Amino acid sequence: MKAKHQRLTLAVIAVIAVIGAGFLALVGLRDNAALFRTPSEIAAEPIPPGQAIRLGGMVADGSIAQQPDGVTIEFIVEEGDAQIPVRYAGITPDLFQENSGVVAEGAFDARGVFIANNILAKHDENYMPPPMEDMATRETASR
Amino acid sequence: MIAEAGLAALWLATALCGLQLFFGIMAARNDRSDLGSAVRPIAIVQGILAAIAFLMLIWLFLRTDLSVELVARNSHAAKPWLYKFAGTWGNHEGSMLLWVAILALSGGLVAIFERRLKESTLIATLAAQAAIGLGFYAFLLIASNPFARMNPVPLEGLGLNPLLQDPGLAFHPPTLYFGYVGLSVAFSFAVGALITRDVGTVFARAMRPWVLGSWVFLTLGITAGSYWAYYELGWGGWWFWDPVENASLMPWLAATALLHSVTVLAARDSLRAWTIMLAVVAFSMSMVGTFLVRSGVLTSVHAFAVDPQRGTFILGLLVLYIGGALALYGLRVGTVREGQQFNTVSREGALVVNNLLLAAILGIVLIGTLYPLGVEAVTGEQLSVGPPYFNATAGPLALLLVIAMAIGPVLRWRRDDWRKAVGRISIPVLIASLALMALVFAVSPIGILPMLGLILAAGVAAASLAPLWKRNLRRTPLYIWGMVLAHFGIAVALSGMAFESAFTEEVLVAAQPGESQQVGPYTVRFENVEPIAGPNWTAIEGRLTISRDGMTPFTLTPQSRMFSSPETETSEAAIHTAWNGQLYTVLGNGDGSGRWQLRLWWKPFVTFIWLGGVLIGLGGLLALVGRVRRERRTMERELYA
Repeated sequence: MKAKHQRLTLAVIAVIAVIGAGFLALVGLRDNAALFRTPSEIAAEPIPPGQAIRLGGMVADGSIAQQPDGVTIEFIVEEGDAQIPVRYAGITPDLFQENSGVVAEGAFDARGVFIANNILAKHDENYMPPPMEDMATRETASR
Repeated sequence: MIAEAGLAALWLATALCGLQLFFGIMAARNDRSDLGSAVRPIAIVQGILAAIAFLMLIWLFLRTDLSVELVARNSHAAKPWLYKFAGTWGNHEGSMLLWVAILALSGGLVAIFERRLKESTLIATLAAQAAIGLGFYAFLLIASNPFARMNPVPLEGLGLNPLLQDPGLAFHPPTLYFGYVGLSVAFSFAVGALITRDVGTVFARAMRPWVLGSWVFLTLGITAGSYWAYYELGWGGWWFWDPVENASLMPWLAATALLHSVTVLAARDSLRAWTIMLAVVAFSMSMVGTFLVRSGVLTSVHAFAVDPQRGTFILGLLVLYIGGALALYGLRVGTVREGQQFNTVSREGALVVNNLLLAAILGIVLIGTLYPLGVEAVTGEQLSVGPPYFNATAGPLALLLVIAMAIGPVLRWRRDDWRKAVGRISIPVLIASLALMALVFAVSPIGILPMLGLILAAGVAAASLAPLWKRNLRRTPLYIWGMVLAHFGIAVALSGMAFESAFTEEVLVAAQPGESQQVGPYTVRFENVEPIAGPNWTAIEGRLTISRDGMTPFTLTPQSRMFSSPETETSEAAIHTAWNGQLYTVLGNGDGSGRWQLRLWWKPFVTFIWLGGVLIGLGGLLALVGRVRRERRTMERELYA
């Protein structure tokens, strides 16, 4: 192989590898990126069962119900008039409580209950996930 | 006075940094060797001054001097001293000062120790280092002065985020910063070599210790960070594909690629332009990492600073340096001559495959990390990209990479024969197929990725020892041992990951005192809960009696802690380590009627993940020592010849 050719070949292979990676990434993202949705957005545009999303809103007053097994809870995430029932089995974060913000990761089951496999609450007084901060400002603005 | 002394040292260091850049440029443009000869001493003094500024800040934190705003906002007199000390860099300003101090110190080290490189290339390198430094000094002094005073002086500080009150804080951030900044030195070497058109084996040998060193630090920093997150967060996971984790993984991937290509350049004088490009990419990744972590653009537990001004500033620096380096690369790459030729089947060929796969994985991780930010900026739509994406895309490529790693070291430089190479690795292949058969016959069905992971781990563990085959072990150079150890560490870590994901057992219950659960080989009996108090927290502590056939029972005490300043609750997992895995226990909430939530995991061989990480780092360290010793020996030989 001539000198020029080897360098050119390597450059072409590198470009192909990087483009291939980008293509793979985009295909992966189309299937696996989880949207952030609030209850009113879901009311306007329902999410099909099984699709992974992040659900964000306030935990409705008086809605947390402990199930008999002691580890499953059901509660309602609300935003204005829109409400979504959520079920979660696991240890809730320390700051998870009624009338405060929550982000639940999971998917809807066939009956419209959101099955959360992870719950994020406000971590401490300095830290808040950006989506919830947005929501807090929106709520104060609407009042 | 201490704060003022620190600030003065910082200003002086900034001025010297400016001078270093100016003299460096003058020396390069007008061939003024009189100015050039001043660059070395300036770089050394600048390093010392920046270190002094950082020591002053540590002193302020140790004394809890509340008249300094940074201390008042992030520390508290009642904190244990280790966290006062480590709290120096547990905040934005302090960690940026640490960044700059390490940057300046490594510039000083280059100035003291680098003797093989052409003088003009060295001066250009130090000028590039000064150009990076100047931007960060400006960032500190304009947008995040760590020494600002506060008036009136508050009575007590706000304290440190309890998640950070852990010995991990003393170790993890500085290690990663050493890694990030070491890559800046590699970058400066690349820029220097481009400016003086001096890309070749000497340049590669000068750059290699810095690449190796920062790679060792990144490896250990990532390993420590992973273990820290594992035991501190109480979620039982060891890697979450969190953007901040990716921010440390991306420079590591780039540094791993660079480490291998710089070896090709040093040994065979091939892959010149590609190595320079990788040096630029590696430093760009550590800038991207710094930007992601420091600007607060992310949704993550790590992003405690939310301040758009700072984000914009770091973004500006990032664009400036990366853009500048790429422009220089575009202008000068034509002058970098083609290196030596090699056959497709050769050590070089395998290392090219290694580099391409690493580059592809890096691209995938980068896109996945930045995609949510990009989508939100363009459409306002919020989404998150997590483990399903990364495991599905990066996972298979990583396994391919491991295969390349098994084959590469047994190939000869320049050209080799397929059939002979296959002969050299037939034993590892045999072991891998035995592992496959053992798995098929012995175990319940497991996922395809963990299954492949286990098989490859067995094969690679054997293949990594192949370079020692038929060698006189006493005369084997240290850097060969380093490579063998690092590759073996990859196999160990891979087996830990595969075991953890395939065979973890989990139990989640609400238990009455006196009830027992079975998890893995253990019986866990829940005795009771008790309130206890620590120096700056109180806690509910669960008492678990753990028993296993033929062993004396012992007690584990997971806690749910309430910190007083700032007011926060955290969960402290209790972990028992056995030779073949870990029992991981978490105490949840009580339900008011006497039952408490317990979450228990049995994770077989999970410790191999971090053990592997440590072996990889040690391998890198051996290689570094071996290379530096050999360099010194050749230098002495040249001196006395």
